[in-house]
Amino acid sequence: MSDDIKMPVEGSHIMMFARSVGDENPIYHDEEYAKTTEVGHIIAPPTFPRSVAQFDPEYFLRWRPSQEWFGSGKNPTSVTEKPKSSGGLHAEQHFEYHRQLKPGDQLTVTVKPGKTWEKESKRAGKLTFTETIQEYHDQDGELVITSRGVGVKTERPVDQS
Amino acid sequence: MALNASNLNEGDVHEEVVVDDLTRTQLVMYSGASGDYNPLHTDDLYCKEAAGYPGVFAHGMLSMGLTGKMLTNYVGDGRLKKYGVRFTNQVWPGDTLTAKATVVEVRDEGGDKVVDLKLETTNQDGKTVVLGSATARVDP
Repeated sequence: MSDDIKMPVEGSHIMMFARSVGDENPIYHDEEYAKTTEVGHIIAPPTFPRSVAQFDPEYFLRWRPSQEWFGSGKNPTSVTEKPKSSGGLHAEQHFEYHRQLKPGDQLTVTVKPGKTWEKESKRAGKLTFTETIQEYHDQDGELVITSRGVGVKTERPVDQS
Repeated sequence: MALNASNLNEGDVHEEVVVDDLTRTQLVMYSGASGDYNPLHTDDLYCKEAAGYPGVFAHGMLSMGLTGKMLTNYVGDGRLKKYGVRFTNQVWPGDTLTAKATVVEVRDEGGDKVVDLKLETTNQDGKTVVLGSATARVDP
């Protein structure tokens, strides 16, 4: 499929990702240590697969030169029309692991749309849920990880009281 | 370090403080590593004046990543078969989160012994921020 995403798995990316979740387990950065473990190589933390966002050329939550970006610069937002909602939030995330990732893997990630449904909420108005399935295949065509994410668009910012 | 089926009982609990006084810097680190640069997580001015939030808050996936750290510490490296969560409340800078796994069942699956776990992560006020479940391979 043309919109498949190619995701190379690299040791330095795994190290940075593990640091960002505060996980100092050496299996995420120390090759010598990793060799002594049951798995026998560096692996990625369980939620690492979602960093496929880095490799999605169209990913909308990444600033790019000469494109309108909704974050602040001179002004609180550079988008001219007032956004009706706070945009999307992440509602659910599920992973199934068929084997552990390792540096050097060349993944192909296929994105499949899932269900869409609505719900009424006291704290944020009408909620629109959208499901996305991602299948991660390795260089040998084997299914390595299945991911199911659910995003939610809220009618208004979530009430904090 | 892996768990042993014969030592596991329904209701066993493992819990860890997975972050103490969450910093905005960690939110920036998570954005950089994950590729999710949503200003809701790094840009206070945008949050307050454009998005209608009191300030930046954590990526749902950071809450799940922090909970995952407790999980892999408990079940051992490379043992997870399934891990899923729902995000039930937002996580804010300054929050201290405790992640807890509770044994639901030890059973056979495809020739392996596995444990099913119930997961819950709460903040310093006892509010649940993540609810989930996981399945991991354990030693027989």
